[in-house]
Amino acid sequence: MTGIPDDRDEAKIIASILAGNTNEFHDLIRPHERSVYVMALSLLQNEADAEEAAQETFLKAFRNLAMFRGESKFSTWLISIALNEARSRLRSRKSMKTDSLDSPPEGEGHVTPALLRDWREIPSEVLERSEVRKLLQNAIADLPVIYREVFLLRDVEEMSIAESAEALGITISSVKVRLHRARIMLQKMLVPQLKQVSPKRRWFQWS
Amino acid sequence: MVIECKHVWDHISDYLDGTLAPEVLKTVQEHLEHCELCSAILDSTRNILILTADDRVFELPLGFSERLHARLEAEIRAIAPDHDGRKNIAEEKEDSKGPDEPSDE
Repeated sequence: MTGIPDDRDEAKIIASILAGNTNEFHDLIRPHERSVYVMALSLLQNEADAEEAAQETFLKAFRNLAMFRGESKFSTWLISIALNEARSRLRSRKSMKTDSLDSPPEGEGHVTPALLRDWREIPSEVLERSEVRKLLQNAIADLPVIYREVFLLRDVEEMSIAESAEALGITISSVKVRLHRARIMLQKMLVPQLKQVSPKRRWFQWS
Repeated sequence: MVIECKHVWDHISDYLDGTLAPEVLKTVQEHLEHCELCSAILDSTRNILILTADDRVFELPLGFSERLHARLEAEIRAIAPDHDGRKNIAEEKEDSKGPDEPSDE
């Protein structure tokens, strides 16, 4: 966990940078490196491309810092730049087959979760295992892009529903609908797989 | 009010976010108390959210920060005003941990 600075601290640093202390930009963005990278990765699905897009995002943020008015949070502003950057790279990547920006219909229809009665809590310690991390990453990557974006902002980067809506330029109710679908789809994909992670063995007690 | 399982599933996300209206919340809670199936679905969904929120799932590539800040440094130097003595940060790269104070007087 990175310590998220409060908005007033950020506003002060930004004012200072704009006044000429440009080197403080390094500190301003440090807490946001991971979220910008994760959001770029969510669209580009490739580490090297995501890193490039993340770098470009921070450069653009630096060049356009004077345009940040503080009406939204700095993190939300950064994420919108990152999403735009990643989207324009996607558009220029002609051969992109796995994911079009055309969204699946958002219409009606229930998403049915995986049905089970015997769920035994999977402890976070399993994340020490790279195959389990990979499992979670792949399941998230398999979500349709409109659900993936919302899920990452809200449940991975822990932004509020309102901030997620602002970063994506969609309504709060769209965020809620997409988030619900994303969560149920993940439950459906992951429950059978996670139950295989350690089918028979009982978990150690770690406390 | 009695509610069917599949309608409870529609509320799982709002339930986890604590955004259900009080009367719906009450109905859902009553259902969960006696429905093993829905309880297990709720628990597994919550558990999956705890796992995916863990910082270990998405890690920055090795050297990411170093490369990023080196690129930013080059950009900052290119843009920083150099006509009034502010661009004095150029020589101090190696030993800097925190922000260097430009000697503005």
